[in-house]
Amino acid sequence: MSGKYGQIVKDGLWENNGVLCMLLGMCPTMAMTGTATNGFGMGIATAVVMAASNMMVAMFRNYVTHEVRIPVYILIVAANVTFVDLAMNAWMHELYKVLGLFIPLIVSNCLPLARLEAYAAKEPVLPSLMDGWFMGLGFTLALTMIGAVREIVGQGTLFADAALLLGPSFTFLETRIMPADMGILVLILPPGGFLVAGLMVVAKRMIDLAAGKEIKMAGAHSV
Amino acid sequence: MSTIRPTWVHATILGTFCAGFGVLLAATDIVTKEPIKDRALEDKMNSLGQVIPKSIHDNNPVADAVAIPNPHAGGHGGVSETVVYRASMGGKFTGFAYELDASGGYGGPVKLMLGIDPDGKLLGVRVISHKETPGLGDKIDAAKTDWITRFTGLSLGNPPVEKWKVKKDGGQFDQFSGATITPRAVVGGIRNGLEFFAANKARMMEKK
Repeated sequence: MSGKYGQIVKDGLWENNGVLCMLLGMCPTMAMTGTATNGFGMGIATAVVMAASNMMVAMFRNYVTHEVRIPVYILIVAANVTFVDLAMNAWMHELYKVLGLFIPLIVSNCLPLARLEAYAAKEPVLPSLMDGWFMGLGFTLALTMIGAVREIVGQGTLFADAALLLGPSFTFLETRIMPADMGILVLILPPGGFLVAGLMVVAKRMIDLAAGKEIKMAGAHSV
Repeated sequence: MSTIRPTWVHATILGTFCAGFGVLLAATDIVTKEPIKDRALEDKMNSLGQVIPKSIHDNNPVADAVAIPNPHAGGHGGVSETVVYRASMGGKFTGFAYELDASGGYGGPVKLMLGIDPDGKLLGVRVISHKETPGLGDKIDAAKTDWITRFTGLSLGNPPVEKWKVKKDGGQFDQFSGATITPRAVVGGIRNGLEFFAANKARMMEKK
């Protein structure tokens, strides 16, 4: 059994990474990676929604008929997003002020829906929960890395405003690597998102090649 | 893969899910409604605190607010009102704060919060939200530079109205290198805000 969960972790974080392999969820990837902190926050919010949605779909998988499964999945994702949205607004308001605008974007993110269809609809509750969580963490990893590159090169900082997101004890994460004037502005602007995301995909493939792995053309529906 | 079932089966399943999640969402809404309202009030108090010093009032300005018609407010659906929050000390008004949109920003209107004392002098100005270019126009944000604090203490006569412009337009306020449009919008917005105060001072001073 541990082999199965090990595979889920590896797939989610690296082998079948939602952003770097499947190229899903590009909308939040572009919109929320201006800084590493924003990428991280968006990623964690998505991971929570994915874990909860995967779990619910797995629970109900024997009761939902094939014909109406898509509307039910969308309903479940949308309901979870609304729970997270309301709960964050009420009890994690500082975080909400940073991410609030982007939480509703999770509904239109293909990644949760792809995992519901490809994994949670067929597998038991616990593996589905794990799959959602680790796919979400892989998403977080990719967004944080893209955000870090854009932030360092674009405005010379790393994890700016981390304390706002994680609490005052994380102020040590906020670093200035070079003066703001040296930043290359285009990387903070929308084209920078595409450029850095593309370079990240290339970098991942080169790492895989160097490790002697075959480049598999991962698709949304590979399990 | 699936056997053919009559439509009502699918409809019942979908309907049950919709009803079930509808109930859950309604419950979440009820539970979070009050905290969300409190947070919105706190936000308002915080942004007010930046333009009206806490030391000059002993009331809650959010509770003592008046809506004043403002044809330039550009509200939704034809409603053009500016809500003025009034600070008072011992029953005497000591400051007024209101939001306004400075039009003409590079990325749309720049939302400002103005604090003005009863003599028409600016207690403070803050940018609440904007969509200006990061690294260029966003220097108007108090978190980035202290540019916006230069307006504190100024009024419509100081400098004279014709000098309420950026230097490039013959006024007295510095633009930043690489960005003239944003400061021009902000300076113009503050001037409009001061003129709004001058025109509506009597109404703002009315007791409830």
